[in-house]
Amino acid sequence: MELMEPTEPIEPIEINWTEAIFSVLREWRVRQVAYVPDAGHSELIRRCDGAAGMRLVPLTTEEEGIALLAGAWLGGQRGVLLMQSSGVGNCINMLSLARVCRFPLLTLVTMRGQWGEFNPWQVPMGQLTPKVLEAADNLVFSVDDPGRMGQTMAAAARMVFEGPAQAAVLIGQSVIGAKSFGK
Amino acid sequence: MADPTNDAMTDAMNGTLDRTRAADYPLRRREVVAALLADRGDMLVVAGLGAPVWDCTAVADHPLNFPLWGAMGGAAVMGLGLAMAQPDRRVLVITGDGEMLMGLGALSTIGAQRPDNLAIVVCDNERYGETGMQLTHTAGSLDLPAMALAAGFESAAGISSDNEFKAALPAIRSAHGPAFWCIKIRAENSPIGAMPPKDGVTLKDRFRAALLGAA
Repeated sequence: MELMEPTEPIEPIEINWTEAIFSVLREWRVRQVAYVPDAGHSELIRRCDGAAGMRLVPLTTEEEGIALLAGAWLGGQRGVLLMQSSGVGNCINMLSLARVCRFPLLTLVTMRGQWGEFNPWQVPMGQLTPKVLEAADNLVFSVDDPGRMGQTMAAAARMVFEGPAQAAVLIGQSVIGAKSFGK
Repeated sequence: MADPTNDAMTDAMNGTLDRTRAADYPLRRREVVAALLADRGDMLVVAGLGAPVWDCTAVADHPLNFPLWGAMGGAAVMGLGLAMAQPDRRVLVITGDGEMLMGLGALSTIGAQRPDNLAIVVCDNERYGETGMQLTHTAGSLDLPAMALAAGFESAAGISSDNEFKAALPAIRSAHGPAFWCIKIRAENSPIGAMPPKDGVTLKDRFRAALLGAA
């Protein structure tokens, strides 16, 4: 008998958490939306695309976004940085820029390797993500219940833009849905 | 007796990089940067980590300079964020070859956004000047302007003589962007001289106050 792995995806709870994020970005008049894409961010990226006053800035690597948004703030604009957890490791040295100059930095991280992950190559960086961000003095907010997304985003954005502070909102795989191979 | 392996080993370490040519380049970094910043008007300037920070500060410690004491690889894309936020102001990034090479992806990110008001000048001495003058990739055949053009810049050019530099100066100030110049400068260590403030919050706050008014 052949041993089969279960391939059903673990479905997320149906709630429009993307809209909750988008409305907080709107309230804070976020202008530059920088990203290295992730499947978990795809709906938010679509939502921001063409939204009045918002400019999407695709990056080649995540640390570009930290320098980009520092420049945006120097010029009087707020921004947000979207990435997958694997991108957090690319950012370590550049996070010094935000910390030492106290640039506001709001990072939204979709998690991999955290909860129900099918790909073991995602697990090391996924498990390191909150530790690395905390070590770099970022405030870390984890969202594992999509119903808490709006509140958490509002709390993080206020601390970032009124602080100023550097904060990351980690969007858990229980929110996004842990994909399985081929899905 | 000479050790026959020495030259061969050095060649192997340096590959095809040229160890000597940059010592004879006619343009000098301090004079180039002084000319770039003369009569700067309301231009906004980002200075990349290393000698460009000292060069810019040797001209004047200006509140609309943002000198980077770290963040290697971030100068060009920081200029992008600033240029998009301030589309009516000229933004000039002055950085070095080593700093630019660490963030080459920035060229593609800028090429995708195509801000009209962004100019990037690389002062290229083909060396990591702050760490002992080790060769960078530009000491070989690497062509930064070609990379910028391929990434979607509106214009990009190399400069290696005083005549070329003088001819390019008006365009560096006003040509449609994103525009890129790679200026070959002599490989030499200049005295550091005047330093800008090191405190990042001070640099940020004074820049925003000068540009945007009181917080």
